[in-house]
Amino acid sequence: MPIAEGVSFDLTLAWAMLIALSVLIYVILDGFDLGLGMLFAVEKDRKNRDVMMNSVAPVWDGNETWLILGGGGLFAAFPLAYATILPATYIPVIIMLLALIFRGVAFEFRWRTERWKPVWDAAFIGGSTLAAFAQGMILGALLQGLDIDKATRSYVGGGWGWLTPFSLFVGLAVVFGYALLGATWLVMKTEGPLQERMRKRARVLSVITVIFIGLVSIWTPFLQDGYFSRWFTGFGIGLAVLVALVTLLMLALLQLTLRSGGEEVWPFILSLALFALCFVGMGVSMFPYIVPTEITIYEAAAPRASQLFMIVGASVLIPIILIYTGLAYWVFRGKVDPEKGYH
Amino acid sequence: MLGSFDAVLLARLQFAFTVSFHFLFPAFTIGLASYLAVLNGLWLYTKKQHYLDLFRYWIKIFALAFAMGVVSGIVMSYQFGTNWSVFADRAGPVIGAPMAYEVLSAFFLEAGFLGIMLFGRDRVGSTLHMVACLAVAFGTFFSAFWILSVNSWMQTPAGFSIDPETNQFMPEDFWQIVFNPSFPYRLAHTVTAAYLTTAFIVGGVGAWHLLRYKRRGDKPSQATKTMFSMAMWMATIVAPVQIFLGDAHGLNTMEHQPQKVMAMEGHFESHPEGWAPLYLFGIPNEETQTLDYAVGIPGLSSLILGHSFDAPIMGLDSIPDDEQPPVAIVFWSFRIMVALGFAMLGVGMWSLWARYRKRLYEAPWLHRAAVLMTPSGLVAVLAGWVTTEVGRQPYTVYGLLRTSDSAAPLEAAAVGATLVAFIVIYTAVFGAGTYYILRLMGHPPHTAEARYKDVVDGPTRTAGITPATEELMRRHTKEEE
Repeated sequence: MPIAEGVSFDLTLAWAMLIALSVLIYVILDGFDLGLGMLFAVEKDRKNRDVMMNSVAPVWDGNETWLILGGGGLFAAFPLAYATILPATYIPVIIMLLALIFRGVAFEFRWRTERWKPVWDAAFIGGSTLAAFAQGMILGALLQGLDIDKATRSYVGGGWGWLTPFSLFVGLAVVFGYALLGATWLVMKTEGPLQERMRKRARVLSVITVIFIGLVSIWTPFLQDGYFSRWFTGFGIGLAVLVALVTLLMLALLQLTLRSGGEEVWPFILSLALFALCFVGMGVSMFPYIVPTEITIYEAAAPRASQLFMIVGASVLIPIILIYTGLAYWVFRGKVDPEKGYH
Repeated sequence: MLGSFDAVLLARLQFAFTVSFHFLFPAFTIGLASYLAVLNGLWLYTKKQHYLDLFRYWIKIFALAFAMGVVSGIVMSYQFGTNWSVFADRAGPVIGAPMAYEVLSAFFLEAGFLGIMLFGRDRVGSTLHMVACLAVAFGTFFSAFWILSVNSWMQTPAGFSIDPETNQFMPEDFWQIVFNPSFPYRLAHTVTAAYLTTAFIVGGVGAWHLLRYKRRGDKPSQATKTMFSMAMWMATIVAPVQIFLGDAHGLNTMEHQPQKVMAMEGHFESHPEGWAPLYLFGIPNEETQTLDYAVGIPGLSSLILGHSFDAPIMGLDSIPDDEQPPVAIVFWSFRIMVALGFAMLGVGMWSLWARYRKRLYEAPWLHRAAVLMTPSGLVAVLAGWVTTEVGRQPYTVYGLLRTSDSAAPLEAAAVGATLVAFIVIYTAVFGAGTYYILRLMGHPPHTAEARYKDVVDGPTRTAGITPATEELMRRHTKEEE
């Protein structure tokens, strides 16, 4: 395994962590944006919809930028992975991009028209749901592994290789998971009857999400021998049991904090933690592969000079980004005022 | 292999479509972000109401254009992989890094501060709000910086070696990669083009309202006059600068990509003795390799490109057929760009004359010309982009990686289906967005212009407006009645 030469610091591993981190940040942040978009479907009252949208209007654009960093970082640090994963998941990727267009423009367009407002509300709901489903399918397709021809450094699995029961199932799991994030975000950002309804929805959604997590976790080890041996032998068994127990504990805490009149912030933090746990679990399954089970992070890595050039900038810029992103959240902290919005 | 050719052609069409559509939005918002920062600065410095009105007027338009730029831009960051995976694998080690820097230094900056710029004036105070405006403006510039560096590297690759095993381009010197030979010229020319694009849109909207005020027999509002005047100053000063920059960029292209200039000039035949004509018109015929019905000025091309009538100018007959770009597209798009550039210069000079005669706001023919020129920047930018991108063909990385060898292993049916989806959805969604922008532009900037967002829905709220502006508003309402 050609690890970076002459230094104790494994640059490739650092980049893999960094990209994983930006994907996780994306999933969490845009997850609640998209989930909130889906919840538009069940909140038909116009004022409530305004409040919901206003709760993310100042930050959604920054949230979505982490997706570009995930894609751009993959391109820069692991070009071979970028060049094989995207053709392999071509159709869901395009579906996701088009869905994100509808979702994104709805933020602006629905304030610019009275007659067409229902159309852009529908675009917001449909775009959010479809983007979440497509992201889940991409994840599922990647987890189950891609057919790669190493001689030509290209994907050879055909145009529909991504479409399997597993990828559809993961797509659904992500839809419900994002809806949970959206509901707990709204518990934090709203008041009164809207908040109470969100509590109720989040209680149901958390149960569905955890069921999906359980089923995907049981299914995944059977996709690849490598996954199976990692989770179901020796030390892995203990870890698997521990993760399962922690997940159930989180579900219990969610139910507890989501009861009527209960905590406002904790449900959101708990659902974030649930996502982080799943994410780490998937990382444990996949490592060291970036394209299971064909290409490792070391095989896909850009040359050291590229990674070094970028890590210099990233180590300065990412902390700065986190600071001003935090600033934006701080500026728009607290409950959304249904009368004023943000003006 | 007809099948693979079809997939490549469709992939190219799709990329050309998505990137051209996307490019229109930043071409407008790069200049508009700076304009908004200037307006906000002027408002804070002078406290003159019409600057705040203009800021509020244009920020609504900015928000729409910016959102469309963002969503169409995310598509671009994935199209390199979906459509050009071989290119992505080979060139990724070199151009991936500058693209990552674009995300880190530009996209986050824009997105992170946009919310504060749009919604935050009352929450953060005017200083931090001004910082947010500047951050967004600088973000748009950094974005142009990095992406044009990448584009320039594809035109004039430098600072790399080729790995014999994987055929990947390997970085040797990132300074040379980022500041490759065509980059400074392209950056200056393109950013200036974006500023002119904004200037002519702002000026066109201003002129439209000046004409409408005149037709109604009203006096134009101060905000309307100010935006027209500011835009015309930009045209007067920047259009000549742009022509100079364009010339310098052309000479740089001549040095590094001679066949692109040959196609731009319509030079099929070489002029080893000098006296190459500058063709004003002609129909490029690639079958016969001639320029039919050519109208040219003898010797002028030698003079412009070689700085002497005797300068030898080589033509496409000195280039193998499979190294030539498609001549007709490059020839025409170049002429459209240049013609619009000179038309901009004309309007700029005309406005200077009107200003000198103190008739800038009472010159209906100038205003009509400015209205006609509203989209000129967008068209010129696209034409210029087509010139440089099609002129790079048949390569993605000039001279080193052919377009036909860059494409992803996709099936023609999949690319064709998504191409149709892109065309339908872009037309519908961005058509609607453009309609909303035009509708906002259809109203003149009002005194105490409504803030971002409370435009269509319900009555304009006055909460948060200072007593002074309320007074102004009352006076304005009286004027209108």
